[in-house]
Amino acid sequence: MPKDSVIGAPVKRVEDVRLTSGKGRYTDDFNVAGQHYAHFVRSPHAHAKINGIDKTAALAAPGVVAVYDGNELVGDGIGNLFCGWGITSKDGEAMKMGAWSALATSHARYVGDAVCVVIADTKANAKNAAELVDVDYEELPTVATMEAATAAGAPQIHPEAPGNLIYDWEIGDLGATDAAIASAAKVVEIDLTNNRLVPNPMEPRAALAQYDEAEDHLTLHTTSQNPHVARLVMSAFFQIAPEHKLRVIAPDVGGGFGSKIYIYPEETVCVWAARKARVPVKWTADRSEAFITDAHGRDHITTAKMAFDADNNITGFKVNTKANFGAYMSLFSSAVPTYLYATLLSGQYKIPNIYCDVQAVYTNTVPVDAYRGAGRPEACYLIERMMEKAAGELGVDPADLRAQNFITEFPYQTPVIMAYDTGDFHTTLNAAKDAADVSGFAARKAASEAKGKKRGLGYSCYIEACGIAPSAAVGSLGAGVGLWESAEVRVNPVGTIEVLTGSHSHGQGHATTFAQVVADRFGIPMDTVKIVHGDTDKVQFGMGTYGSRSGAVGISAIHKALDKVEAKAKKIAAHLLEASEADIVIEDGAAKVQGTDKQLLWHEIGLAAYVAHNLPEGLEPGLKESAFYDPTNFTFPAGCYIAEVEVDPETGVIDIQNFIAADDFGRVINPLIVGGQVHGGLAQGIGQAMLEQAVYDEDGQPITASYMDYCMPRADDLPMFKVSTHETLCPGNPLGIKGCGEAGAIGSPPALVNAVLDALSDMGVKHIDMPMTPTRVWAAING
Amino acid sequence: MSSVSMVVNGKSVSAEVEGRTLLVEYLREKIGLTGTHVGCDTSQCGACVVHVNGESVKACSVLAAACEGAEVTTIEGMANADGSLGTLQQAFQDNHGLQCGFCTPGMIMSAADLLQKNANPSETEIREWLEGNICRCTGYHNIVKSIQAAAAAG
Repeated sequence: MPKDSVIGAPVKRVEDVRLTSGKGRYTDDFNVAGQHYAHFVRSPHAHAKINGIDKTAALAAPGVVAVYDGNELVGDGIGNLFCGWGITSKDGEAMKMGAWSALATSHARYVGDAVCVVIADTKANAKNAAELVDVDYEELPTVATMEAATAAGAPQIHPEAPGNLIYDWEIGDLGATDAAIASAAKVVEIDLTNNRLVPNPMEPRAALAQYDEAEDHLTLHTTSQNPHVARLVMSAFFQIAPEHKLRVIAPDVGGGFGSKIYIYPEETVCVWAARKARVPVKWTADRSEAFITDAHGRDHITTAKMAFDADNNITGFKVNTKANFGAYMSLFSSAVPTYLYATLLSGQYKIPNIYCDVQAVYTNTVPVDAYRGAGRPEACYLIERMMEKAAGELGVDPADLRAQNFITEFPYQTPVIMAYDTGDFHTTLNAAKDAADVSGFAARKAASEAKGKKRGLGYSCYIEACGIAPSAAVGSLGAGVGLWESAEVRVNPVGTIEVLTGSHSHGQGHATTFAQVVADRFGIPMDTVKIVHGDTDKVQFGMGTYGSRSGAVGISAIHKALDKVEAKAKKIAAHLLEASEADIVIEDGAAKVQGTDKQLLWHEIGLAAYVAHNLPEGLEPGLKESAFYDPTNFTFPAGCYIAEVEVDPETGVIDIQNFIAADDFGRVINPLIVGGQVHGGLAQGIGQAMLEQAVYDEDGQPITASYMDYCMPRADDLPMFKVSTHETLCPGNPLGIKGCGEAGAIGSPPALVNAVLDALSDMGVKHIDMPMTPTRVWAAING
Repeated sequence: MSSVSMVVNGKSVSAEVEGRTLLVEYLREKIGLTGTHVGCDTSQCGACVVHVNGESVKACSVLAAACEGAEVTTIEGMANADGSLGTLQQAFQDNHGLQCGFCTPGMIMSAADLLQKNANPSETEIREWLEGNICRCTGYHNIVKSIQAAAAAG
């Protein structure tokens, strides 16, 4: 067997030869004959009534073939965009979703809301003509914040949602939690804001839509994390074309982080317009457009109480969260502050009583949806800030308080739906403490003090839920789809293998890790395995990649299909080698009869299967199997992060001295790639903690709509990271995989905030909201 | 429209362009070299970095017409003569210095200019040099390692 390609080996990525050579093919790299360009006319107002649209001048402009508005879109029967996860409020009412047309009809509800699309022969002509579209806006009062949106008499954004309230949802036992708080020896209270972020994958969203009149068939190249879901939504819900008349291709995609899950207005309009105008339509967002159209992330305001008994055991946790949804309900938005957030509020701790209620609020801002971590970063931030604050108020070491309350026996049923299957929280805490040299911290702090700097150390012990998710379970919680994954393994007559997967890679390296799993199974060279994804005409169906599900769910589907291939290959080999099937093992690229020197090479099995001259009686020719894998539970990656910082009290500048990540992701297929996933997650979490925030003014104008204004983490903002993994295998899937894609972004913000507050603890600083910019830190120090 | 000619990756090229055409548009849309990417519209992200007469420039911030007669190198021109990956490209693969790959061409072109100016940069010098190149995937950790490895390989 080629030992360099087995599961667990740090195999170099096969896709990198292409991607480092400029041979990647991203959506904007595709061009077709007759291609035209779409440019969107967007509302400059956060809230306005559209009294009329005069397209005359634009239609007469050079190169323009069409200018379409929302009434034409609706007139063609194109359905509204929607949120696909139903949430029921405390009072039993269904969530209140306002109508969202891909092009606004009567009202614009945020700055950037698409009102018209111009289709022209060049980008410049489309852009110039868009300037000539005369939209008669009647400005309306705006609610840019949740506070303004929920105030008495606030302007209404959608008639369907009185008071701008989408739902008021709850989970847990209110009475028992209140009783725990009432009888507590100590109650710790905290108020937090989880700052609004812009995902910012480096490739902006793009679409190239083509209509084949002869076949009455549409093809869309687009920047999607889940092309089959895009096709499903566009067919079944938007009624653009039935699924067999619509092909969605997501080629190389330059990052997603959640923002490319959703089915947006622009891609939808391009497909519709390509058929209507009878020209191929291309649209590529510029970055400023991405800032005002890509779904934002986070944006919670939370207040919470945690109860402790006299021995510092947690007895109750009560949480209220207000979640900003922006102006429309994006595809998965409703699930983020509910089933992806409140179900994780037990953290790594035994908490017998938990109650959380969540109010989801419309505002005149860009829609908010899942962004790397999606609900779990908000839960982790709350719990881990709370634990650190509690340790301070109880006068105990923050690591000891955590360790004392750790869940140590599994499976563990939390009071908030999730049942943790396995974990070892002491191991990751201790590994992180060792790597951070916690025992040497006092000396380092003294050295910092000697040069006028403040040094602090902060912990974060996170748990999250990946591998979304058992279809029946999420269905019972309101999901509109099942969250299984599919795979097809095609062994060719020469023994090479194509694996068709419903997962989608937009940086995760599936072409490498998935091929490792296949090569490992049969002991064949990795370069004989090809991973095919991202094309609805090639892959039968798939749910795509998000929520760190591709390992736990996508690879499990491949594993299941490989089981079937292996079983059939053994039947063929046993027949040809005149041996018992039970005596056949497939390893090192051959089927061997155990205890003999008889064998059939892998390609000989493939050839025999297709030549079919001599197969066991009743066995079909060919060697191709498919599988659908539906998980039995979420998976629960967990770990401990430690940040050590030095703060300059004169300037408020934070210098990250050390950042440790000790993670339990279950089985690691490729440590090189897992390490990279952690690094990237940490950078986004550190970005949230120190640099990033989407800001609106009180009129709903975005203040941070370019890289000039929104502070992205740069190379000189970040340190080298010290990462390690500690495997406890997930019992719920065949390879024991938990998932690694989001942990870094989930676990890191509280570690950093805790470290900064630790550094400034003797200066009377008890609270700083993210992002901890020098201005904020300086202001906190100086009152 | 006017004709603009330059030498790109050693080959003479020429195309009719409007005066406002940017170098990155010229390369991507006229010459068909799509390895150079556009990630922003404020000259911040560096996905479009190429070399013009040996110096790294952001191709979104220079007019094609201003490059008349220039020697331009893009990511497509960074491989070895035999087609194998060049030193920096190989170092990025060896050290998992890329994930989605969208910023990678700009990163490599920028790093190449750093290494021709400073053959053995410190970690701090690498990080400061990359201030104009944004990556959202890697946290820069493995990009720094890749550039260090390329420097060590000479």
